[in-house]
Amino acid sequence: MLSIENLSKSFGGVVAIRDVSLNFTPGSLTAVIGPNGAGKTTFFNLIMGSLLPDQGRILLGGENIAGLPTPQIVRRGIARAFQIASIFPSLTVREALLAAVNAQRQQHAKLLARFPLAASRDRAQEIMHMVGLAMKADMVSRSLSHGDQKLLDIALALVLEPRVLLLDEPTAGMGPEERWLMIDTVHRLWEREKMTLVFIEHDMDIVFKIAQSIAVLSYGRVLAEGTPAAIRQHPAVIEAYLGSEYAGRA
Amino acid sequence: MRTSSMRRDCLIALIVFAALAALPMLWPSHGVSDFVIRLAAFGIFATSLNMLVGYAGLESFGHGLFFGLGAYSFALAMQRLGTSIPAALLLTVLLSAAVAGIVGAICVRLKEIYFAFLTLAFQMLLHSLIIAWTPLTGGDQGLTGGVPRPPFLGIRLDAPYHLYLFSAGLLLLCLLLMRHIVQSPFGYTLRLIRDNPARATSLGINVWAMRLAAFVIAGAFGSLGGVVMSLFVSGAFPDFAYWTISGEAIFMIMLGGTTLFLGPVAGAVMLLLLNDVVTKLTEHYGLVLGLIILLFALGLRKGLADYLAELWRERSARRLAMPLPAAPFAEPSNKLSGE
Repeated sequence: MLSIENLSKSFGGVVAIRDVSLNFTPGSLTAVIGPNGAGKTTFFNLIMGSLLPDQGRILLGGENIAGLPTPQIVRRGIARAFQIASIFPSLTVREALLAAVNAQRQQHAKLLARFPLAASRDRAQEIMHMVGLAMKADMVSRSLSHGDQKLLDIALALVLEPRVLLLDEPTAGMGPEERWLMIDTVHRLWEREKMTLVFIEHDMDIVFKIAQSIAVLSYGRVLAEGTPAAIRQHPAVIEAYLGSEYAGRA
Repeated sequence: MRTSSMRRDCLIALIVFAALAALPMLWPSHGVSDFVIRLAAFGIFATSLNMLVGYAGLESFGHGLFFGLGAYSFALAMQRLGTSIPAALLLTVLLSAAVAGIVGAICVRLKEIYFAFLTLAFQMLLHSLIIAWTPLTGGDQGLTGGVPRPPFLGIRLDAPYHLYLFSAGLLLLCLLLMRHIVQSPFGYTLRLIRDNPARATSLGINVWAMRLAAFVIAGAFGSLGGVVMSLFVSGAFPDFAYWTISGEAIFMIMLGGTTLFLGPVAGAVMLLLLNDVVTKLTEHYGLVLGLIILLFALGLRKGLADYLAELWRERSARRLAMPLPAAPFAEPSNKLSGE
């Protein structure tokens, strides 16, 4: 589905991503882990076209999308949610999702119709149910709790009916309980929508619980990739990142 | 729901038009009808600026470009080309949209302060052009000699009551159209871009194209404010393109508020009234106006219409919360007012 080949990006003299090659098979659930500054978010930014790669190819279903502007990459089926919830603070949950549905259906430039378009309502409602925000539909986004803002961010990505969904630390800044609720929601979405899901996560309990495969980034390189069991045993990963705590735990 | 809200807006506009049409019979005074005509010019102009500032998040300091362009191109079309009034109106709107297309294509890519100042620069460019091109524009004396007003569709704009009705009608028509635009899917796309342009982009929206469209639409409507003014004074003057015109529209938006559609019109009423009252009492108009703006900026921290709307929302939230002391939904609206 999504295949990264020899991707590199540097800022001035600093190499942020160095010759990264990774393959994400259709319907897979992959965690990207690594210490702070390993280049995880930069990796997402390159895939989304927010940054231009210096080298390498990003193949989506065989087509090289490296260098395309973000809106075109989005149209080809990749969507993302952000580390710090990126929402529309002054709109209600419902308004934001309705407007996003319009954008997805290329009806966002319509001048003659009135908002909301009747045809968008069911879809917006469905997405609010999918992430569990239906009860908060008429709340102004900025007054939502931190966790709900992250859910809304994911909901905005789901509107795009992505084949590949990138989640940048979906549980960042959450308490333990909220965290597992979020992961539960994400896991359910992945099962139901059968999409390729890639998420950045720092909480190793979460990573080892749900990920099918793990890619470890360190100083912009792929340090290791494989199944959770293989990563747990990987000497370089244990040394660079995991420490002994997770090593060998079944 | 969508047709009924449109129908409601049209109904309100018709009622207001009928009331305005009756006003000169009930209160026959030049002062009152002149006030309504000036209100039409500035109401259209300030509301068109608020489409950019309030809805698209584009803080233009140079919107007066379109006021001046509208006044001059309409007056010149009538004087030099001898066209009919509808043809001159159409020409003015098309020319302003074209100019807005060029200026916007250059400006809307830029971030806040650069956008603000580049739009201001383009406005001052027009002002310099008007001053310098004396044979066409009359230079700093302004375009004199009167604007011809051949009758059209039974409307004779040389009759004061006809001009009054025409201005009021144009104001209401423009408000209806602009209201419709900000309530359209496009209007909500502008709100997305205002709130979070990066997120709008990752929803697949071409932010640049949408901002440019908003700039063109606002420029076209803004020029109609200039048209009303040129009919009112029967000419056009370089002051119409001076930066103070943009400043007045920004004051109107600040006084009235940006979040309610009619906020800028309320602001226009306030600023014009202030202008009329204060200039009668003192020659230090700028000083008094400055103090009042300060009061709004530091005291209310928002326009009057926004302030009243929030008071109203809070009161109704409290009334809802009263029988149910633990109502959890009273909270968000309170938080909202804390902004």
